Amino acid sequence: MSKVFIALQTNDDTRQIIQAILADNPHAICNEQPAMVKIDAEGSLVVRRSTIEELIGRDFDLQELHINLISLTGNVDETDDELTLSWNA
Amino acid sequence: MDMKVGKKKLGLKEKYQHMTRGLGWETTYQSMDDVFPFVKYEGIKIHDWDKWEDPFRLTMDAYWKYQAEKERKLYAIIDAYAQNNGHLNVTDARYLNAIKLFLNGISPLEYMAHRGFAMTGRQFPGVGARVACLMQSLDEIRHAQTQIHSLSNYNKYYNGFHEYRHMLERVWYLSVPRSFFDDAVTAGPFEFMVAIGFSFEYVLTNLLFVPFVSGAAYNGDMGTMTFGFSAQSDEARHMTLGLEVIKFVLEQDPDNLPIVQQWIDKWTWRGYRVLTLVGMMMDYMLPKRIMSWKEAWEVYFEENGGALFKDLARYGIRPPKWLDQIEQDKDHISHQAWATFYNYAAACNFHTWIPTDDELDWLSQKYPNSFDKYYRPRLEHWREEAKKGNRFYNKTLPMLCQTCQIPMIFTEPGDPTQICYREVDYKDNKYHFCSDGCKEIFEHEPEKYIQAWLPVHQIYQGNCFEEGVDPTAEGFDPLSAVLDYYHLAQGRDNLDFEGSEDQKNFEAWRGMATKNAA
Repeated sequence: MSKVFIALQTNDDTRQIIQAILADNPHAICNEQPAMVKIDAEGSLVVRRSTIEELIGRDFDLQELHINLISLTGNVDETDDELTLSWNA
Repeated sequence: MDMKVGKKKLGLKEKYQHMTRGLGWETTYQSMDDVFPFVKYEGIKIHDWDKWEDPFRLTMDAYWKYQAEKERKLYAIIDAYAQNNGHLNVTDARYLNAIKLFLNGISPLEYMAHRGFAMTGRQFPGVGARVACLMQSLDEIRHAQTQIHSLSNYNKYYNGFHEYRHMLERVWYLSVPRSFFDDAVTAGPFEFMVAIGFSFEYVLTNLLFVPFVSGAAYNGDMGTMTFGFSAQSDEARHMTLGLEVIKFVLEQDPDNLPIVQQWIDKWTWRGYRVLTLVGMMMDYMLPKRIMSWKEAWEVYFEENGGALFKDLARYGIRPPKWLDQIEQDKDHISHQAWATFYNYAAACNFHTWIPTDDELDWLSQKYPNSFDKYYRPRLEHWREEAKKGNRFYNKTLPMLCQTCQIPMIFTEPGDPTQICYREVDYKDNKYHFCSDGCKEIFEHEPEKYIQAWLPVHQIYQGNCFEEGVDPTAEGFDPLSAVLDYYHLAQGRDNLDFEGSEDQKNFEAWRGMATKNAA
């Protein structure tokens, strides 16, 4: 199975987002690098709005991710509730 | 009591539909073929433009909102960095040469990408694709501007940042990145999308922006880190779009597959050659390193690229050509490039040096198959010679590859002691190439590549001197005349880092920052 990843800047806005991603994707592995965090996951990875909202205590629009996003791989599918990264092979 | 009734907002998918569909029309005063003259000649067949979808479903209203926030963040950091004399916090002044290379060789490409996406968007009849190109075109001009603004702070203190615009069209090694982008923007709109949107953005830019920019942060350069990550946050969108372009085009018509495959082969190779510069920056120009070029290549090209091409296999796409050679090259190209710039430091707008013993050990450890055997002894020899006062500066101009325009420095696959040469006779001339990849690309479009502006040829033809200079005059010094033409000052902007004005100034200013005047 191929790996997908999402990389985010390390800052106060992303702390809970990273926490939420790791909670929703128990198979994901978090790599901390200077000024950034890279989360790798076999097959697919999901970023869930509701989990982030619980942790930050306010409404969150998934498109806010763009502000602190560094990079990602995989086929992207974004709805109001979830951003999914996946490979078909 | 007033009850606030929330107006139902459109969902992401509905909003995307409304803002990217039904905005175009069939023209009647002029034929559609006249309005969109370039959309058919490449042979790509599109039957339904509405099948185009941006997976992020970003619309212009949201685009402005988030981009504005990114800009505010970026400029707050850049101001703070400048106000705090942040440039004195970089690890050591050698690091500055990596960002000179960035400003001179990479930022102008961002501007060309802006132009390229503006032109390409104009040529697509589908509204979804045009909106996507518009956003990317705006992103790219933002990248050019934020990089120039961030790096202008360094121009107040250090050499080599002063005329990147002038140098782009003149300095020998800058013809490599420049001709790469010129090649892309002079292709048709679909080839441009595959070249830049897919091959460059998806397959290769992670290597430029992720490990290198993280390395900038590690070396105390907050300005570069900020514009780098801010640019990369747009790249995530560009990459996604690059992949979408490929899928969209392949799903439209089976006849598109061989055309797209040929472009993927060509542009992965072209982009890979340009990235040689980045390999050298990572292995030699960051005083504190986070990962070697080879390691970055394995993570971002072999692992991610491998997953990508496995995914695309369902469309009949195979991995790009010449991967065997690319696989072997990862042990060599950064060392071969640094040796070249060390040789030609007299004609460069940045400084080079021999790595310290610690750094040589790090390279030995990261490159166990190649460094001690082929590259370390040469660097140590040059160091000994420099100690004796014979710092080696090569004054013979190198032969260039007709396609990638890089000097012929790369070695034969399987034999790192033999320079790789290929040649082709075309019409009445002989053309030279650094590799099978560059040779094959030339053979596919010879009429395009015979027009290449090769800096070495141009110097020998007398086209790289200021007006009024007489190369036949007694005592004529060609190097000094070429430096005048480049707007480089001998002894200030070029030569070895050791003894440079940058080195002395940085040391003196850092001293002032940490001590009171005596």
